[in-house]
Amino acid sequence: MKVTATRTERPASYRRAASLLAECAESGARVRVRGGGTKLGWGRVVPDPDVELSTAALVRVVEHNAGDMTAVLQAGVPLARAQETFAAAGQMLALDPPDDGATVGGVVATGDSGPLRHRYGAPRDLVLGVTAALTSGEVVRAGGKVIKNVAGYDLSKLLAGSFGTLALITEVAVRLHPLPAATATAVFASSDPDALAGAAASLTHAALESQSLDVRWSGGEGAVLARFTGRTAADQAAAAARTAGGEVVEDDDELWASQRAAQRGAVVVRVSGLQSQLPSAVAAAEGLGGSLVGRAALGLWWVSLPDADAAAIRSLRERLAPFACVVLDAPDALRAEVDPWGVDEPSVLTRRVRERFDPHGVLNRGVFV
Amino acid sequence: MVSDLKSRGRVMRPAAARSCILPLMTLTAELERICGPAGIVTDEHALRTYESDGLLQYAVKPGVVVLPESAGQVAQIVRACAEAGVPWVARGAGSGLSGGAVPVEDGVLIGLNRLRRIVEVDLDNQRVVVEPGVTNVEVSAAVAPTHFYPPDPSSQVVCSIGGNVAENSGGAHCFKYGFTTNYVTGLEVVLSDGEVVTLGGKEPDLPGYDLVGAFVGSEGTLGIATKITLRVIPRPQAVETLVAFYESTAAAGDAVSEIVSSGLVPAAMEMMDRLTIGAVEDAVNAGYRRDAGAALLVELDGSEAECAAALDAVRAICDRAAATEIRVATDAAEQALIWQARKAAFAAMGRISPNYYVQDSVIPRTRLAEVLARIDELAAEHDLRVANVFHAGDGNLHPLVLYDGAKPGEAERAEELAGLIVTTCVDAGGSITGEHGVGLDKKRYMPRMFGEADLDAFQRLRCAFDPAALANPGKVMPTPRLCGEVPGPYRRHPLEAAGRAERF
Repeated sequence: MKVTATRTERPASYRRAASLLAECAESGARVRVRGGGTKLGWGRVVPDPDVELSTAALVRVVEHNAGDMTAVLQAGVPLARAQETFAAAGQMLALDPPDDGATVGGVVATGDSGPLRHRYGAPRDLVLGVTAALTSGEVVRAGGKVIKNVAGYDLSKLLAGSFGTLALITEVAVRLHPLPAATATAVFASSDPDALAGAAASLTHAALESQSLDVRWSGGEGAVLARFTGRTAADQAAAAARTAGGEVVEDDDELWASQRAAQRGAVVVRVSGLQSQLPSAVAAAEGLGGSLVGRAALGLWWVSLPDADAAAIRSLRERLAPFACVVLDAPDALRAEVDPWGVDEPSVLTRRVRERFDPHGVLNRGVFV
Repeated sequence: MVSDLKSRGRVMRPAAARSCILPLMTLTAELERICGPAGIVTDEHALRTYESDGLLQYAVKPGVVVLPESAGQVAQIVRACAEAGVPWVARGAGSGLSGGAVPVEDGVLIGLNRLRRIVEVDLDNQRVVVEPGVTNVEVSAAVAPTHFYPPDPSSQVVCSIGGNVAENSGGAHCFKYGFTTNYVTGLEVVLSDGEVVTLGGKEPDLPGYDLVGAFVGSEGTLGIATKITLRVIPRPQAVETLVAFYESTAAAGDAVSEIVSSGLVPAAMEMMDRLTIGAVEDAVNAGYRRDAGAALLVELDGSEAECAAALDAVRAICDRAAATEIRVATDAAEQALIWQARKAAFAAMGRISPNYYVQDSVIPRTRLAEVLARIDELAAEHDLRVANVFHAGDGNLHPLVLYDGAKPGEAERAEELAGLIVTTCVDAGGSITGEHGVGLDKKRYMPRMFGEADLDAFQRLRCAFDPAALANPGKVMPTPRLCGEVPGPYRRHPLEAAGRAERF
């Protein structure tokens, strides 16, 4: 992964970020956007940019409105630091992707998520408003900072997951949730993929309210994990364990940390599937000597194939067609050989949106679909 | 919202409307060819029934109404409009409260009520695929009794899913469950040039921009959704509903803050003030205490164990916050009665006032007492009454400005007061609209929340979808904006010229 750049800029104001972008648009320079630098290897392999625009100087927690359970964060705030701030008030930003120094802006821009996605949604569901610098040199705002608001177009959702190709996100307003008083996890382990899928389905459709509902499969062994929270977490987990025939783990932080960690690796493919197709996903991962973690009720799985070559990626895509298999972590050479997005041509609408926001193709050119 | 048709004031003529009588005649013939004579409305009288949506103060007679029965017909209609250069407005049930479905003069109104198929129920994957004319309650009914569709606007018996998508509708339960946008995973959309595109799907995180997220809540200005894929979720094991009565809205507001800061997430928290309670009791006789200054409705749901524990916690908090009485519903019928009162609140205003305006502003919840006090002051200054009913959990107020349109000057005073309430809420860090949409009614307040550059950014999205500005023109944006060519020229990077890199 090459991450060298001709010139790195760390604007300390949104205005400055916007004028830098305008200069780049003027001169035809290519800009790479950088947050914590934990996901620079995602997307298509592109030539080194002329300018790297870093959010390293945008690190302020602008507001934490504990009573309203909202916060306003500059894009460069490390997610872990934001969580410390919120935890002091018994709150959290319900985003738990693999972290290692990721920034709030980077998590939103890539739409990355972890096990909490099951109940709280993706970054797009938690962002109430956004401030962004455009290549026109303007700083613009959309949404607001209240938890309910339908005024104007929802550009927060457009920018979430856009991989920095429309604008530089400089600030986000987010909704917070209470930190659970207690947690407990029901674990159903099995070496039979169909039994695993059966347990996942019964837990997904039961009238139980889990905070996270995950699956994992590795080396012929798998598990379904359902985490419960609240005053009666252990009781709920026990009820779930009875439903699926599993056991209860009350000291469960480690379990979930390893679910998160398994979303990263030497070669990791994110599969956008459907919950009922879990057995085929497990079979595909197993057949290629890989492992899988993911969200049981969402049909979102991360398949880890440490030694994969292009043929293995193509095989995974064939086995799981028509599901989208996006190559996230992978060596440059592999990402150059198999298109990481698996998309031949951007849709007409995608192209038109891109042209309206970044007509000169300045931002992260070539990286996204 | 004016509750009496006869007292209707101004007739809005959206600035973007153009004179297009001649193309309209040719177009009408084409629309009739597409949908047949039974799918066209041209009779003057019949056209009048489409001149307003749920907000009766705006009325514009459309040039022609067309009632397609399939997505294919919608695409043909929109293409024909594009070729004739005639603007159009899509309409669902017509129950919107922001004037979002008010027609364009001499334009086409496309009624979508005949697209009523539930295309697919895929419970294994928690998805339902429906056409836009399906009503909100029909979706929940299609997946009952095991599952349900959470967004539940008060108009859910009549309002259509297509309209919910356009407005990003909320409802009483969105504090816990979120809004329409959190449940739409895929859309089939007819763009304003007649092209049919698929955005998203049943699966999460498909590669590409979140155009579903951009489309939901775009108030009919980006295209027409002809097929909508929704996520449904398991019905909770237990539901507990209680009403706590307080001396004042401030005291009830304290209870709300306590509940939230204790880490509880009720499914719903709704508040009504004394004026509203009186009107509602006149209308549905649900047994709310007329002597109370405020009624706080709290609903909890989830697993039986957690729900019971949460109910105890909420009762304790309501007690500590000096509730004068707490009533817990003992069965489903009592729960329904409690809700019937809340859902009848708007309609019940007719009992205490000839006319009323409803606002939809949002404030940070912690500013509740201060903002309500300011609304009282403003009401007194304008010599008018304001009834307050609101989604207390998420700070979404629905102040109802009561007036008598027959008394000279009172409608104008009411409108001014309503405007000042909006301003007060925005100044408190809130929004001009939480769930009703901007439409025609609130577009004049948009500059209160957004600057010129922000509005230009909105327009970039609009232009990507609808460069000819034919889809519901004159809505959302405070002033008409046109789409220029994409700025350029785009400079080809040497690497692209050499074939080593692409623009995307």
